[in-house]
Amino acid sequence: MSAIVLERLRARFPEAVLATHAQHGDETAIIRAEHLLDVVRHIKEDPELSFDQLIDLTCLDTLGLSPAAHKAIAGAPASTTPVRGRFQMVYHFRSTKTGKRFRLKAPLDDAPDDAPDADGGGPVIDSLTPLYKAANWSERETWDMFGITFRGHSDLRRILLYEEFVGHPLRKDYPKEKRQPLFRRDPG
Amino acid sequence: MALEFYSTRLQDAVNWARKYSLFQYPFVTACCGMEFMAVMGPKYDLARFGAEFPRFSPRQADLLIVVGTITERQAPVLRRIWEQMTEPKWVMAFGVCASTGGFYQNYSTCPGADQVIPVDIYIPGCPPRPEQMLDALIILQDKIAQGRGFAQVRERKEFEAAHAHKQRLKVVGQ
Repeated sequence: MSAIVLERLRARFPEAVLATHAQHGDETAIIRAEHLLDVVRHIKEDPELSFDQLIDLTCLDTLGLSPAAHKAIAGAPASTTPVRGRFQMVYHFRSTKTGKRFRLKAPLDDAPDDAPDADGGGPVIDSLTPLYKAANWSERETWDMFGITFRGHSDLRRILLYEEFVGHPLRKDYPKEKRQPLFRRDPG
Repeated sequence: MALEFYSTRLQDAVNWARKYSLFQYPFVTACCGMEFMAVMGPKYDLARFGAEFPRFSPRQADLLIVVGTITERQAPVLRRIWEQMTEPKWVMAFGVCASTGGFYQNYSTCPGADQVIPVDIYIPGCPPRPEQMLDALIILQDKIAQGRGFAQVRERKEFEAAHAHKQRLKVVGQ
């Protein structure tokens, strides 16, 4: 099967694509985070690609991965500083016209002075909510669990955990034994 | 004369009455509730022990049975329910989740109900056999009869402190 999506992307956005791989008809492209909106708008609006469904939006924390695993996931070996490329945004798209599926990944750097317990701060990427309504709750979940800020999201707040929760628990440096402060909600 | 000492025949009689007429508050959150319902059923009858009647208001209950997992979000709610119960009150932690957090060790589970409220008796098991619950109730009844429940010990200490204070006032006032 020809990797038509990857050919199009490499032709149209040569500077944005970091790596690609395709296997058994599944195509994956790893792009730079700053070109996310352009690339996604192109694959959505191009009549031959027309990826009009966002299936999934999530994140992967690669802190502590072995170099081989990091290369397999991120398409590039881990950098010397663990801060760069720590978070991998993963997007899955599907086209209702052609039935094809496509995966997009974008590495994000950890913010250098990021305190994992502080809300606000952390890596930033563009929000896909202007293009796909489905991105709204998925991006809120990613913010809740990983602390990634989505530029342009209308209502970025916690969705699964309660508001007074401190920290972003699915990060690899959140210890599993960590307790939360006891919050009382007194009426009035 | 009889009330100067805390342990009297009157207190024994009162404890006897309390242990055989426990009004339970089943604070059921998770799967252990299924086993609890089995204990209330006809085969492992809880009515034999006088603890049949569940009171779903903390004001009317004196035994809080924490059945199932307590999450960090639920912990302040449990604390508030326990605080609303009137003295004397006892707490039973049913199942491993309520005792120590169970097999959960994550960002959302509170490791045991005793992180927020004092527990008088713990029942291990995931879920516990109904016979374990009946055994725990018998042990708790012995504890009540001897006055060793958390609320009873606290009441006794307060009584003795007030009594000692009164004795001192008597000496000073002479």
